[in-house]
Amino acid sequence: MERTNAALALIPLFPLVGSVAAFLVGRVHKRAAGIIASLASILAFVWTAKLFAAMSAETVLEDVVFSWFGVASLQVDFTLRMDALGAVMCLVVTGIGSLIHIYSTAYMAEDDSVHRFFSYLNLFMFSMLLLVLGGNLLVLFVGWEGVGLCSYLLIGFWFRTIDYAAAGRKAFVVNRIGDAGFLLGIFLLWMNFGTVDFLELEAAIAGNMTLVGLCTVVALCLFIGATGKSAQIPLFVWLPDAMAGPTPVSALIHAATMVTAGIYMMARMDFVFALAPFTLAIVTIVALLTAFVAATTALLQNDIKKVLAYSTVSQLGFMFLAASAGAYWVAIFHVVTHAFFKACLFLGAGSVIHGCHHEQDMRHMGGLSRYMPITFATYLVATLAIAGIFPFAGYQSKHAILGALEHNVNPYIAPYNSWIVALVTFTAFLTAFYMTRSLAMTFFGKYRGHAHPHESPAAMSGVLVALAVLSLFGGWFLETRLPNFLEHVLAVAPGHASETIVESLLHSWVGIAGVVLGLLFYTSLAGVPGLVFSLFKPIGVLFQRKWFVDELYQAILVRPLEGVSRGLWKAVDQGFIDGAVNGSGAVIDTSGQVLRLTQSGQVRHYALWMFVATIAIVVFFLVRS
Amino acid sequence: MIPVSFYLTLAALMFTIGVCGVAIRRNVIVVFMCIELMLNAVNLSMVAFSRTVGNLDGQIGVFFVMVVAAAEAAIGLGIIIALFRSTRSLESSEASELRR
Repeated sequence: MERTNAALALIPLFPLVGSVAAFLVGRVHKRAAGIIASLASILAFVWTAKLFAAMSAETVLEDVVFSWFGVASLQVDFTLRMDALGAVMCLVVTGIGSLIHIYSTAYMAEDDSVHRFFSYLNLFMFSMLLLVLGGNLLVLFVGWEGVGLCSYLLIGFWFRTIDYAAAGRKAFVVNRIGDAGFLLGIFLLWMNFGTVDFLELEAAIAGNMTLVGLCTVVALCLFIGATGKSAQIPLFVWLPDAMAGPTPVSALIHAATMVTAGIYMMARMDFVFALAPFTLAIVTIVALLTAFVAATTALLQNDIKKVLAYSTVSQLGFMFLAASAGAYWVAIFHVVTHAFFKACLFLGAGSVIHGCHHEQDMRHMGGLSRYMPITFATYLVATLAIAGIFPFAGYQSKHAILGALEHNVNPYIAPYNSWIVALVTFTAFLTAFYMTRSLAMTFFGKYRGHAHPHESPAAMSGVLVALAVLSLFGGWFLETRLPNFLEHVLAVAPGHASETIVESLLHSWVGIAGVVLGLLFYTSLAGVPGLVFSLFKPIGVLFQRKWFVDELYQAILVRPLEGVSRGLWKAVDQGFIDGAVNGSGAVIDTSGQVLRLTQSGQVRHYALWMFVATIAIVVFFLVRS
Repeated sequence: MIPVSFYLTLAALMFTIGVCGVAIRRNVIVVFMCIELMLNAVNLSMVAFSRTVGNLDGQIGVFFVMVVAAAEAAIGLGIIIALFRSTRSLESSEASELRR
């Protein structure tokens, strides 16, 4: 490892300056906001790419921006550091982020507060870049909180609709619950090792088998943080509601930033997780459940964005599965390919919504392939990619995940490897099926809506094409390059034997089966889904109502909390505190009312009082002596 | 020689009249005169004691009281004039602005 100084601070600085500039200039000149923000984002990408081009797999670029604070023995510098892992994440964040910025200039053109939108968007990128570049846990945590804040701002962007504002709040609150766990993890690490710097922590922890107990707890705390940010059970409920934000925001949250933070953090802290097989087993189970529950929920959603939201939750489960099997590079690989095709899907959905005049319900779409061919083609490519069909980007990463799960050596999990692989394979099949369903309902058949759909402007379709190209070739391009590049930072298992094209096609049978079945069900055999639904009605309703998770949380958390709050409000606040305040006021008031009877306003009365008092004092002293 | 108790009885009588006047009368000038009466009752008793005891301490006290009484008369009359200007009467019961 060679550590070199480099101007890393410039990377997050571009979007930070862009954020302020976009807000100030955008207030006066609406169109300028988008241009400034996109420019800032592109500059950040170019600078990252420049640094990336100059670095080798072993380089660690470092930039101590300033000495942040020192408390007792804790000395924290505002350190930014970019190794191979950070570089990959940075490229994804700035690259995909830039594309989303460009797309947004067209998508948000008619909104009244674009300056606010682009300012938040850039701030979001700034936070995410801090998170990815942070050289110690505290800088990472600043970014971690920053993305939470920005997600709140952007999800509740149209805050005049009460539901949307509530969705923003939900995202923030749920994230805070996870953050509390994450903070506890940081505290524990600092308490035991006196540092929060990644390299120092790694030197202190890596491979030290005496730390297994501590690492199990720390890893559990960190994973709780990750479940909040990366939407795993039990904290995934905010992500589907995050659809309240404008579509490019969904793309940004789901593809480039925010949700990948948990995976990144886990990969960054791999030396802790490596010593915590028990925690990793929990991660495996949680991720498996999340992937499955979210995939089944996505089966019956009618809102095009909701399908994608649940598919993100499900795909994040895949990533955590890979990470929990120790294959961190595979998780990062899936993060990258997922960023490609999920950004493409979301922006495609945005294009559809834009073209159908803000219609999001797929039951009112259909036949759109005639009206918006570019959107259709790109959505098709991205669907095949997420379905995991060779040669599209999702195939390589999903195949790698399954490979990693088959060879999971975790003592708690290993006996059940074949079951897990089977369930994951089934989930992958469901993924292919529900994505094909959304594709078919949106683009095939006859148009069922009442608007006049039209293709989106060039700024949007251009971005879609770029992302589709990435979804097509990205996996193939990265398949061998990424592990080679990451092997000095993350554990990389020896590369699997290269396959022939026929083998690859055979391996994508799950995706192909899902797509074919989806196509059949939602085009020629249109009656079948309803028939299947009525046959398995209880399960269907369970899937349709999202496993009743929201209702469950409402019943066991929100209602009791509301009850307690109401009790505290009525009894403690209104009864006790208000009573004490009003009571003391009333005592003074009453005593004043009594005492004011002595005040006549007549001088001679006062004189008499004085006289009487004098006599009394004199008598008192006389009697005493 | 007239015994000291006579002086003291007279002084007590004068003082009581003064107190009653201050407490009962409404005319501020009468109240003012009653205050003077009380001061002079005290003066009388001090002079009487002075003569009985046989030194001049009491008489010096009287001088001080007379000086203070002179100052008080000047200020008191000023207050009465100001009161008359604002209320057009000499009734002390009229001057109850703070009560309202």
